[in-house]
Amino acid sequence: MKLLLALLVGGLFAAGIYLIVRRSIVKLIMGLILLSHGANLLIFASGGLVRAQAPLVEPGALTPETPHADPVPQALILTAIVIGFGVVAFMMVLVSRAYRAVGTDDTDEFTGTDH
Amino acid sequence: MTLLLAVLSGFVLAPFAPAIHNALGRFSGWAIAVLPASLAALFLVLAARGDGAVVESHAWMPGLGADLHLRLDGLALLMATLIAGIGAAIFVYAGGYLAGHRHLGRIYAYLLMFMGSMLGVVLADNLIVLFVFWELTSVSSYLLIGFDHADAKARKSALQALLVTGLGGLAILAGALMLGSVAGDMRISHLLLHREAIREHGLYTPIVLLLVFGAFTKSAQFPFHFWLPSAMAAPTPVSAYLHSSTMVKAGIYLLARLTPALGESELWNGLLTWFGAATMVVGAWLAFRQTVMKLILAYSTVSALGTIVMLLGVGTTYAVEAAMVFLLAHAFYKGAMFMVAGAIDHETGEKDVRNLGGLSRSMPLLAAAAALAALSMSGVPPLVGFIAKELAIKAVLPDADLGREGYALAAVFVAAAALGVAVALRVGFAPFFGAKRETKREAHEPPASLLLGPGVLALLGLGAAVAPGVLATPLVEPAASAALGAQAHPHVALWHGLNLALALSAGALVLGVALFRGQWAIVGLAAPATRPLDAIGPSRLYEHALAAVLGFADAQTRVLQSGSLRRYAFITFGVIVLAVGATFMLRRPLDALPDIGDARPYEIGLVLLILIGAWFTAVARNRLAAIAGLGLVGYGIAIIFVLFGAPDLALTQVCIETLAVVLLVLVFYMLPDFRSFSTRAQKARDLLVALAGGAAMAGLVLVVADHRPDMTVSDFYAENSASQAYGRNVVNVILVDFRALDTMGEIVVLVVAAVGVYALMKLDPTTRDGATTGVEKGGEE
Repeated sequence: MKLLLALLVGGLFAAGIYLIVRRSIVKLIMGLILLSHGANLLIFASGGLVRAQAPLVEPGALTPETPHADPVPQALILTAIVIGFGVVAFMMVLVSRAYRAVGTDDTDEFTGTDH
Repeated sequence: MTLLLAVLSGFVLAPFAPAIHNALGRFSGWAIAVLPASLAALFLVLAARGDGAVVESHAWMPGLGADLHLRLDGLALLMATLIAGIGAAIFVYAGGYLAGHRHLGRIYAYLLMFMGSMLGVVLADNLIVLFVFWELTSVSSYLLIGFDHADAKARKSALQALLVTGLGGLAILAGALMLGSVAGDMRISHLLLHREAIREHGLYTPIVLLLVFGAFTKSAQFPFHFWLPSAMAAPTPVSAYLHSSTMVKAGIYLLARLTPALGESELWNGLLTWFGAATMVVGAWLAFRQTVMKLILAYSTVSALGTIVMLLGVGTTYAVEAAMVFLLAHAFYKGAMFMVAGAIDHETGEKDVRNLGGLSRSMPLLAAAAALAALSMSGVPPLVGFIAKELAIKAVLPDADLGREGYALAAVFVAAAALGVAVALRVGFAPFFGAKRETKREAHEPPASLLLGPGVLALLGLGAAVAPGVLATPLVEPAASAALGAQAHPHVALWHGLNLALALSAGALVLGVALFRGQWAIVGLAAPATRPLDAIGPSRLYEHALAAVLGFADAQTRVLQSGSLRRYAFITFGVIVLAVGATFMLRRPLDALPDIGDARPYEIGLVLLILIGAWFTAVARNRLAAIAGLGLVGYGIAIIFVLFGAPDLALTQVCIETLAVVLLVLVFYMLPDFRSFSTRAQKARDLLVALAGGAAMAGLVLVVADHRPDMTVSDFYAENSASQAYGRNVVNVILVDFRALDTMGEIVVLVVAAVGVYALMKLDPTTRDGATTGVEKGGEE
């Protein structure tokens, strides 16, 4: 299964990078989204892959049944998903604003911003 | 506590100096001089009271072996007394020299800071403490040289001094850390105990090279001498204080301080002797051909510093004693001569010696002080300069333990001394005697504040020779003992009998007078020979090096900070690919690709579906198709989370994905449709980079999935989530209880993003000509 997950993460990163280096500014956003999916799965893989067993404590018990999935990467990813959404939302508005201000969606024509 | 207060007092008083100046007006210099004067008295009393060194320890950073150890021994006493004593004269002098200057209060503050730093250097008994104060002297020197900050040349000189001495400071730090680790002790006074261990250690050579390099930059030794004349851009009180009598002696102090622990090796003695001798001659010649008073004195200071370093390098008892006497004598006469030069400039507006003559009639007192100082510098009895010169000649003559090279050193020394005599006459005599010349301003006697400093120092030069037992011997003898690590008995006396040294000293004097007479002719004759040397001099090298560094920075910035978003992305991903790839190459964590193993058919199908979605997004030609592809990816990943025991993630992912898709559709409504800007070749190149990045990440997944992390933290959460935090969903408990503060931070990030989104949507600077339009717009909505 880990080979499968590796292929998936690699594919997501490759598609993400390809979109980010496009000149169309709209594709930049999509690349960013794919990239953050890939990063989330990378963290997920670091917790080891355990099928079906969520880190939940049954009523009456004090600890979750073993083996269970590692809760720490899950907590990290949960945060990352939400923050990632914040970044993407901000990015979308920023891009649409930049498009209105500069009048083009070609990043190579985004010159003169360093003044 | 006394020594610590003595060091800190300057720093404490510095911020109040401008206020003191505003309150006291023209007497402010005299008032501030009370602090250094009482410090000088304090050091003398402390030294006279006890027979050993005064030692203090204060806890500072005990974990790093850096405690505030302070120690007042003989060497520190000589330096500290000079720093505080000359400091007192300088504050009075500065008050008169810069009277009416807008920023006089500021220069007092800088000078006080410098004095505190310098006292810290000489009193420090810990390598780290010494380094800290050493750097502080460089910083305060930078501020003082660049005092006239409206002048581009002053700024440039200040930067040059800072860079050269700062580079030396780094070398000192590296050397000090090595020395401390080899000796196992950061206390300077303990280094002597580990002398043998240090000498036999493999790091001995780098330690010596680094520390000597640092000391050479600070004390303006050849080939780092060029910053000192540039530093003359500072006001004269600063030059007289920092660049003749105190700061430039910090390097010499360090060499003398470390001689007992590091000295007496071929490397140490050779470096010091020959670089010192070269500096002595080069400095003397450069001083000889100068015409601007302060530059003449600056180069002759370089020469004197070289002499002292050379004597330390010779390293015999006699030579070290001579070095200490020379240091004292030079501080007296050179400090006085700088102040004389400044007073002449102040009263007449002339800086060039060729425009000066016959001033003694209008300023007799200054002329007397100048004459005394010049005689001491020339080595004429009965002045302390004569004693220093005679002792120095004796130290390098072959009968004082040196081999044949002693003759060479003696010859070089006499030549430099003769040039020194000519220079002393040029600055100390020529302006005052002979035919009177018209000056820019009508010359008259300078005020008391400008006379006190040179007068007192010149008289001290006389007193030290006539009555050595009062001040000279009590200062020099313990200093030489400390630098030798053994009891010294310097013969500070005017008469040593008729011998070769006396004859050579007299010869230097006669030769010097002859050189003085024919000075401009000789300089003119030598000019064609020296011109090509000037073109490759160290100051040119410095300029080239500086230009090269700046050029490299420019070029690198142009490449890396091009302003093109795609270039940044390429560089970032390129670095990641290279770093990850190189690590894989070197460490080879993957021997063989694992087989697909236990993957179930529906899992394979799911992964394929997500990959197809990603592919679809990447190559889509219209926006809706791309958004559909993105949705496929997002929801597919949610299912993966479900399959692998992460229901919370799946829930969040579904919610966020839905929101994101809705938002994308809304925003894309405002944006143009996809366009293809790239050529086929560009696309191929981009695809290559993208695939390399993907491969690197895929490799990482394979490695991390194999590597079982430390489960301590995870197990702690799993075990305590129900019993301690009363929550059965471990992931949720982590977020809202164990790491609640982090979640709080996350919420703040979201709020900031939301505010940003709102601001970008609602506020439009292009339509807002004045503030009123914005308000009206806000009111309408």
